[in-house]
Amino acid sequence: MAKYQLNINGEDIDVDVDPQMPLLWVLRDEIGLVGTKFGCGIAQCGACTVHVSGQPIRSCITPASMLAGQPIRTIEGLANGTELHPLQQAWIDVDVPQCGYCQAGQIMSAAALLEQNPSPTNDDIDAAMVGNYCRCGAYNRIRKAIHLASENTTTPFYDASTPNIEQIDGDMKGEQA
Amino acid sequence: MNDNNNDDAMMDDEGSIDVVRAVELEINALANTPNRQPALSIKKLDRRSFLKLSGIASGSLVLAAIMPGPGATAEDFGNLVGSVELNAFIKVSSEGKIVIYSSNPEMGQGIKTALPMIIAEEMGARWADVEVLQSDVDESRYGRHGAGGSTTIARTFDQMRTMGASAREMFIGAASLAMELPREELYAQDSTISHVFSNKSLSFGELAALAVKQSLPDPKTLIFKDKADYTIIGTSVTGVDNLEIVSGLALFGIDVRVPEMQYAAYQKCPAFGGKVVSANLEAIKKLPGITAAFILDGNENVRELSSGVALVGTSTWAVFNAKKKLDIQWDESTASKDSWTQMVSRAKQIHAQPGTELITESGDVNASFSNPAHQTIEAFYEYPFVAHLCMEPMNCSAHYKAGSNGEKDTLELWIPTQAPTRAYPVVKSMFDLDKEQVKIHQMRLGGSFGRRVYAEYICEVIAISKQVGVPVKLTWSREDDIQHDFYRVGGFQSVKGSVDRNGKIVAFEDHFMGMTYKGGRISGSGFRATEFPILNLKNARASKTMFDIQTPCGPWRAPGANTTAFVIQSFIHELAVKAGRDHLEVLLELMGKPQWFDQGNIRSLNTGRATDVIKLAAHKANWGRPMPKGHGLGLAFHFSHAAHVAEVVEVSVDANKKLKVHNVTVAVDVGPIINMSGATAQVEGAVIDGLSTMMGQKITMENGRVEQSNFHDYQVLRIPNAPAVDIHFIQSDYSPTGLGEPALPPLAPAVGNAIFAAIGERVRKMPLTDEGFTI
Repeated sequence: MAKYQLNINGEDIDVDVDPQMPLLWVLRDEIGLVGTKFGCGIAQCGACTVHVSGQPIRSCITPASMLAGQPIRTIEGLANGTELHPLQQAWIDVDVPQCGYCQAGQIMSAAALLEQNPSPTNDDIDAAMVGNYCRCGAYNRIRKAIHLASENTTTPFYDASTPNIEQIDGDMKGEQA
Repeated sequence: MNDNNNDDAMMDDEGSIDVVRAVELEINALANTPNRQPALSIKKLDRRSFLKLSGIASGSLVLAAIMPGPGATAEDFGNLVGSVELNAFIKVSSEGKIVIYSSNPEMGQGIKTALPMIIAEEMGARWADVEVLQSDVDESRYGRHGAGGSTTIARTFDQMRTMGASAREMFIGAASLAMELPREELYAQDSTISHVFSNKSLSFGELAALAVKQSLPDPKTLIFKDKADYTIIGTSVTGVDNLEIVSGLALFGIDVRVPEMQYAAYQKCPAFGGKVVSANLEAIKKLPGITAAFILDGNENVRELSSGVALVGTSTWAVFNAKKKLDIQWDESTASKDSWTQMVSRAKQIHAQPGTELITESGDVNASFSNPAHQTIEAFYEYPFVAHLCMEPMNCSAHYKAGSNGEKDTLELWIPTQAPTRAYPVVKSMFDLDKEQVKIHQMRLGGSFGRRVYAEYICEVIAISKQVGVPVKLTWSREDDIQHDFYRVGGFQSVKGSVDRNGKIVAFEDHFMGMTYKGGRISGSGFRATEFPILNLKNARASKTMFDIQTPCGPWRAPGANTTAFVIQSFIHELAVKAGRDHLEVLLELMGKPQWFDQGNIRSLNTGRATDVIKLAAHKANWGRPMPKGHGLGLAFHFSHAAHVAEVVEVSVDANKKLKVHNVTVAVDVGPIINMSGATAQVEGAVIDGLSTMMGQKITMENGRVEQSNFHDYQVLRIPNAPAVDIHFIQSDYSPTGLGEPALPPLAPAVGNAIFAAIGERVRKMPLTDEGFTI
């Protein structure tokens, strides 16, 4: 076991778990943030996408202990209080979800895209979203919703100017038990 | 529907009622209800059946409006202070908030939004005032819970209208008393009862307390709204759970968290039916986070409990990790030895002979085939097993509490399932618990596509919770999910047909090679005696040969139709090509004059409705236009699940057989559309699902073991390959029916026909990657 601190959606949270436990399961089982979804466990489907220092990562294969000190954002932290992120609103306006299970991962990938590229083309969207499966086939609505959100936002919704992963690796707070 | 095909008994191989068969019977019952006129109609009911909870038999569309009895408690009214319950589905608070309960499972097909829209429409509610909540499972209150066979809209349309209309009449009765005005001069609109001849009005909220005291209206007196007056039905409404979904709030079965809950994994034999002899349990128990490890014997029913090793721990990660370290000795003496390559070679050996069993025969196909004036062709089609691949892997949570001090045991279940009440008989037979001892929470499903009609993951977690005595959440890994599915059954069809001197199709024969599971029927592995174009031709014959297998199979989005459409709608194009004629012209000629094949049965093929959707799709896709080299248009029609659907696909194929599907034009007649957004979503999804499956999905098994394990070797279509989908509805006046499945079957043949038009290569085998195509 290892005790370390994670910064999730702006909050410092102490955990004491197997250092190899992927962030996905720390979020879901230890902390109770179940919005991030388990799909495959091998980084193929994107259902588990969260942001680490503003970058989209697959939480199902990323040991949480590696992420100590880095700002982690999950779907639960995307809205600004009660104000939805433009993507969340667009997802509702376009009625994107069918079963809805993959959508948290889709939205997190899309949010990272808009941070980098506020006005993506269809090709940009395809390149950024290619790692996210939607088994129900809502892809056309996903594209449409990203365009809609892109039109509805002019500035980055939250500040992602945080240290990159290499810097943070050397700054691990985790202690091997 | 005179569905005299598959003839097999409704008892499945294990002797219990087959839930899939039950759904199919329900579809047939719907077709056979006495009320066959196509117009929207009011069910005639006597008051007693209305009050007492009308039967579920015969696809009856009615449910009681049950008043809260003397024993009702505050809890029964939820958290709505001052709210009243007008019937089982509707509560209204004094502030005017309207809660509508959704009693059927939501798996992405949109009924949690669509059914409350019907209630709200008849009530005269303003949609913005409505909050939809998932009901608990209680058949005595809500009627049958369950979804499947694209039947929910058809089954419940009148029931929902009755609920809404009776609430509306209670509000009008209350307003009549409060305003001292005759009922006839009052109407409901925007959650308000208003007076026709003045500006007097009272809101639903103001009237709620008085409305609940009104007597329940006699359903015979209920008049449903005219379509022309609809303000909610037919509009686009965003899904009622969308805010929760985009915010990441707990909704799905896999999200359940119960105090003191532990996490479980369950390892079964890779070869179906294998049994645990021994396992390294002592070593496993020492692994971090593992609290228990034990063997479950199972009852040798793959739909209930297969033998395996249960692991319980403090996190999903702990049990997944431990599962990889399991060392299990299996007894595979009675396990499956199924081999896909053997099935293929056997089919190739026998396909040219007629099947061992005749399904139907009319006229004289052999005379037509040997007629020197006719051109006759034959073809062999093949389609593999495929997995459901729900994005949310199978899971279930259970809390089995042993009774103390002489109290009975109790069980609480949180299930993502298409058939929640299916749990009761299984819980009774396996754990000897009566319905009263079991509380079921119905959770949203992260996809199902027919997968979650079976209850084996429920049985597994109950057995585990009972053993450890605490609440347990069982989660399957993706590998478990792909390797222990109830697969879409694979199969083969050998088809033969002839065209006369005028290029008209005059004879058709199909040798269907399908599967049985340990001698029992498999959903989707059958060929209907009424299958198109059997009834359209004077000379037609169908026969079958069944291979017996031990690989579990089950319904997969549009069972049977999703493969038979590929064969037949491709082969009709082959015949058109042989005749040197336009496919559209041949298809329309085959439909002939407008008629029902089962007169008055609105769930049977109507050639007029078929012709209309085929013409509409062709028109919208600009059929017949000149195409650039390497591009082609393909057309297909298929009737299934009471829906008439035609699709035209535009593809291009390059010299390396790289395929691009540019767009898909779809024309659909399922009667009136309830939620336009939900309906188009189902069509978009079915098209992409159909392409995804056709393109690269294939489950193979050797020595009883499934060879694929996760998304790296079993792929889903990704966003860059999603074609544009252009959808057109013919909103005919026939009763509405469901759209979860029927837009899928025409996709594969339309793509195959388009590939032929583009490069002259005929596709007779799925998936396309096996034929050298990439996307």
